[in-house]
Amino acid sequence: MKSHLGTRILQVVPTLLLVSIIVFGLQQLMPGDPALVLAGEERDPAVLAQIRAELWLDRPLPVQYFHWIGNVLHGDLGFSWRIRQPVAQLVLEKLPVTLQLGLMAFVIALSIGIPMGILSAVKKNTFWDYVANGVGLAGLSTPNFWLGIMLILLVSVKLGWLPPSGYVSLFEDWRQSLATTIMPAFVLGNAIAAVLMRHTRSAMLTALEQDYVRTARAKGLREYIVVLRHALRNALVPVVTLGALELGTLLSGAVLTEQVFSIPGFGKLIVDAVFNRDYPVVQGVVLVTATVYVALNLLADVLYVLINPKLRSA
Amino acid sequence: MSATTAAPSARAAVAVVSQSPARLAWRRFCRRPAAVAGLVVVMLFIVVAAFAPLIAPVDPVKTSWSLIRKAPSWANWMGTDENGRDVLSRVIFGARASMLAGVISVTIAAGIGVPVGLLAGFAGGKVDAVISRIVDAMLACPFLILAIALAAFLGPSLQNAMIAIGVTAAPVFMRISRGATMDAATNEYVEAARALGNPPWRVAVRHILPNIVPPVMVQATLAIATAIIAEASLSFLGLGQQPPAPSWGSMLNSAQRFLTQAPWLAVFPGAAIFLAVLSFNLVGDGLRDALDPRAK
Repeated sequence: MKSHLGTRILQVVPTLLLVSIIVFGLQQLMPGDPALVLAGEERDPAVLAQIRAELWLDRPLPVQYFHWIGNVLHGDLGFSWRIRQPVAQLVLEKLPVTLQLGLMAFVIALSIGIPMGILSAVKKNTFWDYVANGVGLAGLSTPNFWLGIMLILLVSVKLGWLPPSGYVSLFEDWRQSLATTIMPAFVLGNAIAAVLMRHTRSAMLTALEQDYVRTARAKGLREYIVVLRHALRNALVPVVTLGALELGTLLSGAVLTEQVFSIPGFGKLIVDAVFNRDYPVVQGVVLVTATVYVALNLLADVLYVLINPKLRSA
Repeated sequence: MSATTAAPSARAAVAVVSQSPARLAWRRFCRRPAAVAGLVVVMLFIVVAAFAPLIAPVDPVKTSWSLIRKAPSWANWMGTDENGRDVLSRVIFGARASMLAGVISVTIAAGIGVPVGLLAGFAGGKVDAVISRIVDAMLACPFLILAIALAAFLGPSLQNAMIAIGVTAAPVFMRISRGATMDAATNEYVEAARALGNPPWRVAVRHILPNIVPPVMVQATLAIATAIIAEASLSFLGLGQQPPAPSWGSMLNSAQRFLTQAPWLAVFPGAAIFLAVLSFNLVGDGLRDALDPRAK
């Protein structure tokens, strides 16, 4: 097990290195000269030369990359061209907001997806199975920004139950914080719930056909004990690992959800940066997101080994 | 009696044996009503997109100050928007942007992913190791965030959005093609082709490529659904189709500002995205079951 984990951790290093090259390469796609973007109306060649020298744009590409990655390894993700703050500081300010939203969304996804998957598998080829599959497919096919807009229309505009937008920190007023984040969290969790439902159903169908389930039934155990204690415990192994991977997907989904609900998180940071042509922020956000995603992948692998008795003893 | 019953059953057996795998897959596909319904709706969207100028009641960019934010009526079935433009005509023309983005970005993704995946799976060794690490790195960047970053650096337009979505979706095709190639390469007919002295490229293109088409086809159908959502997302953020040209995503963006006064502006484009994506997902699921009956 230790050697498997060691190999897996070692594989992360080249992956992250390549991710950094991709992120650095993004800047090269930018049309025109970044110094001109930064200089704005200023067209004085001396000023432009100074900007190029400050940003190392006058050096060869490999030198620029090693300078940039060296700074990144020291926690320096660059400096925002528009907000005039270090990118790392901006990321650290916004990340907790998105993490709160993401964790709430994940809890919602788990509490909808797993029970629906179990119901669908236990009641295979019945009305409940068709309903659960239909809901799952609809969840996968609904763009979350549209679902967000529809919920604002229904819950906030028509019924007036929840605020349509904004964000209050959990430490400021937890009730208001929940009121502002529950709807975006549901929107964000919706698609993940559908994915978890499909995986739980598939894993439960396999588990319910196993010999140990037949033995448990033959012993005369009640059906809910057979399902929850024997089948589900084994079926959850792949579902848990997939769940960890889906946490990374939440970061992607947060971009649109935060935009719809005007939540000042990580997603809104990248969208605002895109429109302000604040490329160091865009690069920083992509790099941090990818690193979090790689870490979650690794966590999923570790969890898979830890909760799978066959692999744990290997 | 046995002679008379044996002859038709033998004929039936011959008929079953002589059916091509494609025809058998099509039969299996047709046995799934949801998949067939999905295919019908997909065809409908394609027809609407292709013949939009003939189907749309009015010009989708024609503004009218007397028709600003009118609710759905007999004259304007889906109402009018903040500039007095007919929403139905814009939804019809929006289908064009979505279908185009879906098909072209998936063509780009498969065009990059399939040859590279085929090379990795067939060559193996160091080539495979290098390509696999690059694919891992690309998959590590969340799809939409990478697409947003690419679209931002390339500049906002439908064309750049399609390139961004295509490039971002390519690693999934690489991974699927690589796996399918490695699987197909173990077959006896591939060994026979090698033994006959065929050069490696010929073995890969003539003998392996046709056999990796089914999983690639399934992935392509499902990827079109993802690409339609991605294009709508980028247009919603202002990075895709630029106004006044209609797109479902950009229509939803402007609808947000008039939710209380004109809720219909948000309902119809969103419903169109949902229906198109649902249909492609149904077709993809149906294709997967038809092409690989063992998969659940």
